[in-house]
Amino acid sequence: MDILLQQIINGLVLGSMYALVALGYTMVYGIINLINFAHGEVLMVGALTSWSVIGMMRDSMPWAPGWVILLLATLIACVVAASLNFTIEKVAYRPLRNSPKLSTLITAIGMSILLQTVAMIIWKPNYKAYPALLPTDPIAIGGAVITPTQIMILGVTAISLAVLMWLVNATRLGRAMRATAENPRVAALMGVKPDMVISATFIIGAVLAAIAGVMFASNYGTAQHAMGFIPGLKAFTAAVFGGIGNLSGAVVGGILLGLIESIGSGYLGQLTGGVLGSQYTDILAFIVLIIILTLRPSGLMGERVADRA
Amino acid sequence: MKINASSKNVLLVIVLALMLPLVLQNFGNAWVRIADMALLYTLLALGLNIVVGYAGLLDLGYVAFFAVGAYMYALLSSPHLIDTFPAIAAMFPEGMHMPLWLIIPVGAGLAGLFGMLLGAPTLKLRGDYLAIVTLGFGEIIRVFMNNLDQPVNITNGPKGIDMIDSIHFFGFSLSKRLTIGEFDIPSVTLYYYLFLVLVLLSVLVSHRLENSRIGRAWMAIREDEIAAKAMGLNTRNLKLMAFGMGATFGGVSGAMFAGFQGFVSPESFSLMESVMIVAMVVLGGLGHLPGVILGAVLLSALPEVLRYIAGPLQEMTDGRLDAAILRQLLIALAMIVVMLLRPRGLWPAPEHGKNLRKSHK
Repeated sequence: MDILLQQIINGLVLGSMYALVALGYTMVYGIINLINFAHGEVLMVGALTSWSVIGMMRDSMPWAPGWVILLLATLIACVVAASLNFTIEKVAYRPLRNSPKLSTLITAIGMSILLQTVAMIIWKPNYKAYPALLPTDPIAIGGAVITPTQIMILGVTAISLAVLMWLVNATRLGRAMRATAENPRVAALMGVKPDMVISATFIIGAVLAAIAGVMFASNYGTAQHAMGFIPGLKAFTAAVFGGIGNLSGAVVGGILLGLIESIGSGYLGQLTGGVLGSQYTDILAFIVLIIILTLRPSGLMGERVADRA
Repeated sequence: MKINASSKNVLLVIVLALMLPLVLQNFGNAWVRIADMALLYTLLALGLNIVVGYAGLLDLGYVAFFAVGAYMYALLSSPHLIDTFPAIAAMFPEGMHMPLWLIIPVGAGLAGLFGMLLGAPTLKLRGDYLAIVTLGFGEIIRVFMNNLDQPVNITNGPKGIDMIDSIHFFGFSLSKRLTIGEFDIPSVTLYYYLFLVLVLLSVLVSHRLENSRIGRAWMAIREDEIAAKAMGLNTRNLKLMAFGMGATFGGVSGAMFAGFQGFVSPESFSLMESVMIVAMVVLGGLGHLPGVILGAVLLSALPEVLRYIAGPLQEMTDGRLDAAILRQLLIALAMIVVMLLRPRGLWPAPEHGKNLRKSHK
């Protein structure tokens, strides 16, 4: 029972990180129908930037408490990631907006490789130890434990989601985004500037990804140039799982995927009599995805969309 | 008249391709090896072109079929199975050695079967969902290859399988140099000719498919699936056939790869490889055979060539920029720049009815 509770806590933490990244995928997909493969790399850039900032701040102001440093580093990481994603969209995706879909996808994949390589050149390919800036003593709840970092992750995710929901549902920008997602041409006729909305979407997505990047790095204690790819892939899976283009779907998909992975890795060995161990965790996400999509091709909460030629 | 000109060009390319290794081998066998790998990639790109280029089904896990072919050959032509299972050792007292004329159909068939198996659950999916599911399949196969060393050791896990026989047929092995009179042909060049024959055969098959009833049906599905269905095409069977046909090329290429390298491990079948093959097809020109071949040769050979120039650069940048990083950087830049400048690829297929559309506007 305690193990189950522990896995649920871990799953929620993992899932909330997936949810943040999945939101970036789903918003971009909702508006320009592009799988932004470079999104995971934005997460990585966020994490590595914060790592550099933390290193510098610890040298220059050793008196500052850990959470202040982490907060400032996250803010700087968000700014860097946002400007990066803004530039990527402007330079690489915007000129291709009316080209065949596949060419934009290839550009996005190329961008993902490019960012990884450049990060490898800037930060060198080794794994970097990510400092623990929050207290590390675990807190016990009913037989399971939760670390302050994990509490921070759950809290930050909740706040980010609340802000995002407010932004999308209650502001002018949010209304413009929803309108563009529904029908870009009609939205443009109503006076919405599609370019502005798309840029805003990429910036918001990047901020969420950078926050997730800092959280990933603090949770696992390492950062590296390739750290964004697999989480990015799984977050995309989560977005598809929930029904791509649907914001609450991305959150639900992310959290469910985190729970499935965490509980699955804990019990896979027992369930299959030791044949399949926890080394198969990474494919659980895909197996779930395949099952869901065969049964419900538009995801858990996605609406059925007619094929657009 | 036009047909004459184009078949003349094709003949010229074939003659040049035949002479290439004889020139390259003067600069060292490493260069011929690069050409060999370029041919294997061309084979893969041609196979994927059937799935993505003709039928319009974006497959991001194509490397799985390459892996199936490679592991098939590795298991059937190395001492691994015999060492692990006494029962198999008893069945084949002299060890398992598969000749070429058996590998090609078995590899093609097995991969084709896998292609249809993996294709079946994805039939209902739209473009991007399909991409992510196929990507998932690619990862699943790789993870299984990585972990099937227990409880029963089938794939030998991350260590991979070595001591794979080189390719041989009718008592003639490609691993030894061949001497005809005064000519001395090294093993890499022999492989080159084998791969070239396979590539030419695949080009022929692809070309015939393109103009056949099936090929035209695939293209109809690519352009508009609903309209194709309305015209009475059995889209389910046709899509399955595209997956199967595409996979056979990958399987053959994989088997050749295993025989050529003498060693396979899951590392060679990463997602990056799948992405690379898709990039070759799209960069060259989706659905257009000369373009696909161009893309495959460019993306596989050019970075290898750059490796030789990268030495001085590495010294200049204090080891930060080594050959592998430079290669990755250039591939990424090529993908982005080519797509920005020529979104339909370097050598795209002529567009049907383009003049009409222009005058319409």
